[in-house]
Amino acid sequence: MAAAGAYAMGVERLRRRGVDWPPSRSLAWYAGVAVAAAAGLGHHHDFRAHLSAHLLLGMAAPILLVLARPVTLLLRALPVGPARRVAHVLRTPFMTHPLTAAVLDAGGLWLLYTTDLYAQAMARPWLHTLVQVHMLLAGYLLTAAIIGRDPAPHRPGPLTRGLVFLAFVAAHGILAKYLYGHPPPGANPGDAQIMYYGGDLLHLVVIVLFFRRVSAVAGGEPGRHASRYPDPAVADRPGQRWHVRGRLGR
Amino acid sequence: MKNNVLSGALLGLGLATTLDEVVFHQLLHWHHFYDKSTPAVGLVSDGILHAASFFAAVAALFLLASLRRQGTFQARPWWGALLVAAGAFQLYDGTVQHKLMRLHQIRYGVDLTAYDWSWNIVAVLLIVAGTVLLARFRRAVVA
Repeated sequence: MAAAGAYAMGVERLRRRGVDWPPSRSLAWYAGVAVAAAAGLGHHHDFRAHLSAHLLLGMAAPILLVLARPVTLLLRALPVGPARRVAHVLRTPFMTHPLTAAVLDAGGLWLLYTTDLYAQAMARPWLHTLVQVHMLLAGYLLTAAIIGRDPAPHRPGPLTRGLVFLAFVAAHGILAKYLYGHPPPGANPGDAQIMYYGGDLLHLVVIVLFFRRVSAVAGGEPGRHASRYPDPAVADRPGQRWHVRGRLGR
Repeated sequence: MKNNVLSGALLGLGLATTLDEVVFHQLLHWHHFYDKSTPAVGLVSDGILHAASFFAAVAALFLLASLRRQGTFQARPWWGALLVAAGAFQLYDGTVQHKLMRLHQIRYGVDLTAYDWSWNIVAVLLIVAGTVLLARFRRAVVA
C-alpha cells in the first residue's frame, strides 16, 4: 500500500511540473506491488504453495517493479538536495553489482532449502516474513542489475551481466533438481518441478528483456549513457518535457 | 557470414535442448527429471547447459532479427550451422551425459542398445548434413 502510494505521489509531482511519466510504468509498478502482496499474504505450510509464492515474490514481482523504474522516478520527484543524496547512495560500487545480488539471491535460496531454515521459518511467522522480504529485495536487486534501466553508475557491461545471470539460472535449476531428490519433510518430490519450470519461464522473460536491450544498444539506440550517468540537478527542470519511450522496459 | 553461422549454431543448441526437454521429458516421459543415481558433477553441468541453452536460443533469435533487418541473412550457412550444433549437442547428450555422467537414460526398463545407437546415429547424420551445407556455401563463395 505504502509502495503504491509513494509511487503515485511521485508521478503526481512530476505531472504538476508538466513532466510526463509513461502510464505503462505506473501500471507495471501497481501490478508488481499487487503480485508481491498476493504472494506475501499467505503463510504457506504446503510446499507447493510455498514454491509458487517464492516464484511470484522472488522473480515475477521484481520484473514488474524493475520495469517501473522507481529510482528514476524518485530522483526526478525529489528536490535536488535529497535527490543528490540518493544518487550518492547509488554510487556505492557493490550495491548495484549483479554479482552481489546473485550471491544474495541464490545464496539465500540455498540456505533456505538445504539447511533447516525452511522448517524454522515455517514454525515462526516473523522468520517467515523475514525470508519473504529477503526474497523480494534480493530478487529486485538481481533483476535491476541485469535488466534495470534505472541509473546505476557502476553497472557492468552486458557480458558480465549475462554471465552472472546465466550462473544464477544454473544455480536455481540445480537447486530445484536437488530439492526434487531431497524434498523437505512433508513435501512431495514432484513439488520442486514448480520451482524448476516456473523459474525457467520467468528467467526466460528476463533473458528476452536482457537481449532486447543489448541488441537495441548494439543497433545504435541513443541514450545509454544518458541513463547511466544521471545528474539529478539537470535531469529535468520544471516545464521540460521528458522524452517518453512508448514501450515498457526500453 | 560469421553472424549467420553464430546465429544458426546458437539456435541449434537451444532447439536441441528444448526438443529434448519437450519430447522426451514432457511428452513421452521416457527421460526422468532427475534420477537419483546422478552424481553431483552431472547435476551441475546439466544445470549450466540448461541455462546456457536459454541464453543461446534467445540471443540467436535477436541476432537473426538483426541479420534480416540489415539484409545480410544467408539461409545456407545459417541452416548448416544450426544442424551441426543440434547434432553436436545430441551426440554430447547421447555419449557424455547419458553414458559417461549417467545423468539419466533415454528410456527405463528396456534394453538400451537400440535406443542409444539410433540416438547417436541421428546425431551424426545431423552433423554430416550441416557440414555439407556449410561446405557447399563455402565452395559457392570461393568459386
